[in-house]
Amino acid sequence: MSAASLSAQFLDIVIALLLAPLLTGWVNQWRARLQNRSAPSLLQPYRLLHKLFHKESVLAEHASPLFRGAPYILLGCMTLACAIVPTLSTDLPLAPAADAIALVGLFALGRLFISLAAMDIGTAFGTLGARREMLVGFLAEPALLMVLFSVSQIAGSTSLTTIVERLADQGPAIYTSVMFAGVAFTLVALAENARIPVDNPATHLELTMIHEALILEYSGRHLALIEWAASLKLFAYSGIGLALFFPWGVSEGQSPFAVLYALPVLILKLAIGGFLLAVLETISAKLRIFRVPEFLATAFLLAVIGMLVNNLQGH
Amino acid sequence: MSGLSIQLIDFLAALLLMLSFAMISQRRILSLIHLFTLQGITLVATTAIVAHATGQEHLYLSAGLTFALKVILIPLLLHRIIDRLNVRWDVETLINIPTLMIIGIVLVIVAFDLALPIAKLSTSIARGTLGIALACVLLSLMMMITRSKAVPQVIGFLSLENGLFFAATASTNGMPMVVELGIALDVLVGVLILGVFMFHIREQFESLDIRHLERLKED
Amino acid sequence: MNSSVLFHPGEWLYLDWVLLVASAWLSIGLIGVFALRRLALVAKVLFPAGGVFGVVLLGIALIATQAAPETAVLPIGLPQLPFHFRLDSLSAFFLMVIGGVAAGVSAFAAGYFRKGEGTPPGLLCLEYHVFLAAMTLVVLADDAYAFMVMWETMALASFLLVTTNHRIPEIRNAGFLYLLIAHIGAIGILLCFGVLQANTGDYSFENMRAQQLSPFWASIAFLLALCGFGAKAGLLPLHVWLPEAHPAAPSPVSALLSGVMLKTAIYGILRVCFDLLDLRLWWWGVLLIAVGVVTALFGVIFAAAQVDMKRLLAYSSIENIGILFTAIGLAVLFSSYGMLPMAALALTAALYHTAGHALFKSLLFLGTGAVLHATSERSLGKLGGLMRYMPWVAWVCLVGVIASAGLPPLSGFVSEWLLLQGFLFATGLPSYFLNMLIPVVAALVALVAALAGYTMVKFFGIIFLGRPREERLALAHDAGAWERIGMAWLVTGSLALGLLPIQFIQVIDPVTQYLTGAGLGATVADHGWLLVPVALDRSSYGPAIFLLGIAICCALVFIIVRGIYHGRVRRSAPWDCGFPWQTARMQDTAEGFGQPIRQIFEPFFDLDRQLPSPFDSEPVYRVQVGDYFWRWLYLPAAAGVERLARLLGHLQQGRITVYLLYSFLTLIAVLLLVRR
Repeated sequence: MSAASLSAQFLDIVIALLLAPLLTGWVNQWRARLQNRSAPSLLQPYRLLHKLFHKESVLAEHASPLFRGAPYILLGCMTLACAIVPTLSTDLPLAPAADAIALVGLFALGRLFISLAAMDIGTAFGTLGARREMLVGFLAEPALLMVLFSVSQIAGSTSLTTIVERLADQGPAIYTSVMFAGVAFTLVALAENARIPVDNPATHLELTMIHEALILEYSGRHLALIEWAASLKLFAYSGIGLALFFPWGVSEGQSPFAVLYALPVLILKLAIGGFLLAVLETISAKLRIFRVPEFLATAFLLAVIGMLVNNLQGH
Repeated sequence: MSGLSIQLIDFLAALLLMLSFAMISQRRILSLIHLFTLQGITLVATTAIVAHATGQEHLYLSAGLTFALKVILIPLLLHRIIDRLNVRWDVETLINIPTLMIIGIVLVIVAFDLALPIAKLSTSIARGTLGIALACVLLSLMMMITRSKAVPQVIGFLSLENGLFFAATASTNGMPMVVELGIALDVLVGVLILGVFMFHIREQFESLDIRHLERLKED
Repeated sequence: MNSSVLFHPGEWLYLDWVLLVASAWLSIGLIGVFALRRLALVAKVLFPAGGVFGVVLLGIALIATQAAPETAVLPIGLPQLPFHFRLDSLSAFFLMVIGGVAAGVSAFAAGYFRKGEGTPPGLLCLEYHVFLAAMTLVVLADDAYAFMVMWETMALASFLLVTTNHRIPEIRNAGFLYLLIAHIGAIGILLCFGVLQANTGDYSFENMRAQQLSPFWASIAFLLALCGFGAKAGLLPLHVWLPEAHPAAPSPVSALLSGVMLKTAIYGILRVCFDLLDLRLWWWGVLLIAVGVVTALFGVIFAAAQVDMKRLLAYSSIENIGILFTAIGLAVLFSSYGMLPMAALALTAALYHTAGHALFKSLLFLGTGAVLHATSERSLGKLGGLMRYMPWVAWVCLVGVIASAGLPPLSGFVSEWLLLQGFLFATGLPSYFLNMLIPVVAALVALVAALAGYTMVKFFGIIFLGRPREERLALAHDAGAWERIGMAWLVTGSLALGLLPIQFIQVIDPVTQYLTGAGLGATVADHGWLLVPVALDRSSYGPAIFLLGIAICCALVFIIVRGIYHGRVRRSAPWDCGFPWQTARMQDTAEGFGQPIRQIFEPFFDLDRQLPSPFDSEPVYRVQVGDYFWRWLYLPAAAGVERLARLLGHLQQGRITVYLLYSFLTLIAVLLLVRR
């Protein structure tokens, strides 16, 4: 573990923490533009966080410590997730501690805590949100796992950093399985980040909301932490998508400056990805909640087909 | 034979398979026609790449023919049919999509299993994709089984032909021109006849639900 | 190979110590008989003493896993048929599980059993300790005779424990169902041993190891073993006793049943497949994987739909058994193709999950016991909000829930991770068909793991979180001191298994070395705090670093947020979108939480729904989740047996001369048969 890799790791985390709200802002801005609304500022998410941190936290009388602790654990999970996803450099000292499977586990751990916290107050909306969140989760998690498996079979490793290194060295190549995995990943990422066909981040309509129902009882700094964690999750998912399908331009730890070269590439990739996400959200319509399992099952099965094709073609 | 064209054909094969899966899980008739057109484009591209890679001139002609027929003519005909029948925005009720996809996965496995010995015999550049082509054929057959309206069934039939065409191109580096022309003509005539049939079914039963045809059997 | 001192004077072997622990448990049980109704003595002295011996057993077994096999011959039982015992690394591993769990459960039981109807405490103490001793000896047995005697003793003792509250008819029925299926299984095991001894007439395991069965007879033996041990483990379709017996039994007993007794079946199948049989065929592995994965999926789907907390856990045990069998199947598959390191990987996953499940499932059952004591309520629909009244139990159960949901950084995740690694590396299998099967099974395992998370959120959320659904829940009290000790012991175990995988895999290593000739120990030892099953560039996982990472993130965020901003908190009524007429009954019920699962997996359930009409003045909604196996397998079978019995009933004439005629005819027939 050299100083270079330590600094790369540090930079990876700091960039994730700082850039994540910007990515959310970017997506929101493009969505507004595409929908002919006047767009909020790019910095709006930062202002929101700042405002929420300033406000006092209002807790229900009977909230347990679990309720207060969950936002911190959620943020911790998402930060760790961002720390092990190679966005800037593949020379990350933390990465060997958690491979792709553990990454899925990390998301699941965050989900478990936030769902439990939503049930803690004992309101109708909280439990409803928890149930729906777990519904999305139990289909999205295996689908994500299968996506990761398809790619790790090609790269011969479940470690994300090794996957990126090997795929990047190989140069552009088209694998049948990766195409399926890519489509499945897009579906999963939309569902997991509470995006339009599954959930609408802009609504508080009880019949449709999932994520907002979960966090209805949170306020002040706890809400800020959750919002930040949600941004980080989007960032982590973007990072995973880039790592699996567009692994080029990530530094492999040759020199400390390589990380700095990787940064503009990352920002460019994220900007394009965020724009595509906004387009995708604009052209699709919200699904009824009972179509969501179908949507996710499709993702899951596509990922399985990807893995099958991979095995069958003997790559 | 460059690695690039093999990769491109692999890519197109995957696209074809994905389009087949999209077709079995698509409820809207209009989207089905779009998907069918996309399949046609995939076929054209495949044929052109095989032609380029193997240097067979007549395959370019075949690609052009496919383009004219499957990307322009038949979709146009289908569009006209659904306009005239006024079913453009029809949505079909389907049995549970995940179940269909699970059956689809089984079909993919079976298809690859069947294709393995054939692919070993083949000397073609794209033999690796034979299994996918076969899978597309089986998936189209399944699509025809699960649909109850006439137009999706016809599209299923056409997509089945697409799968066969792809299999032929992939395993034999393209068929002789005579065979190809014959098939093209067959498909065209088939679509025309089926179109006429659909109007008649519609006149008879005031619906395109082919379950009504069950009434025709003798008791 | 060493022999026991009991007959060869010299130094004491580990085996002797283990036998000593077993006899200590037996004598504790006997003391209990003499103090039949003295609850204080039984609870505060005998059960804790039993727990101490559990710790002793754990210690001995831990050392014995690394030692050479030892044997002993005890001249008890029938003449010419002494009991053979053998302690090798495989039995030592399972002894470890028995000892470790028994220690925690005994301590909990010290505080759990109260005066009441049903079996008197002294008798309970006897049954309990006989059960423990029988399990110990099952694992030690080295001949079919000793094995069957101990196996039946174990079944009988557990049957008596299940029917502790035998005055309730449902509990009696559950007990009988359990006994019936246990005996179907025992017949399978008996026949399996019959095949394994290959007509030599020598039923010792040593002889069985020496036999070289033809693939046909080996397959017969394997299928019989699968049937026999599967019945005990709760494999589909012999799973029906589990969700009946577990809720019927007192919680410490459920904990032992689920945590330890099911594992003896795992021990049995491992012993037969990898030790007694000298060949393994690929389709055995496929069969095990298929049965295992179907069982796992079935178990977890049903668990998610349950409304009784102990039934939920029982179904979750079925799920875990399914996962265990899947892992064993994968090991058999690899081993049949000679891919020994891979077989060792899959087997390590299986053994890890055995220990992990033993700990977290008994922990959760003890948790339900504590809840049951505090509220005397088993139905999830009437619980809720207990985290405020029994925080201690709630936090302890949270650990069990995370482990059970297969989430990092606890034990459930490690075994799942190893298993998934096994599936990922399975691409090198020579058969084309298998290469296609593997991804599908891996996907199903992933789905099961994710559904387990859903189930566990339901379990924890409905019992401990939210607001109490009944008024009297506010009177609930937290667990007592003994109960806390027992649960704390199991929590420590769960945490240790989750955070120290490298150390624990070193313990497992001799077992996989013995069974497959390969192990992960050497590979794992090279990488410090990282768990690396094959190679560093393939995969790695470091739970301790993982936990530390999250903890540091949390702490830093906490400090920074507090430092820059403030820590002001105001308490008020819950907001809930401004709806002021909230009551606790508006929370999701257990039925409500399971509704998406019921909807998605509807074909699996035998649903009986009663929907209210809009004009009901007192609308009632009722939904009962049934099992198709009951309707299509067990009820027809029961009807068939009854019909057969009626036919046989015609033999009964009531006249003594007719009965004498029967005996006479039988005698003639037997004589003729013998003469031939």
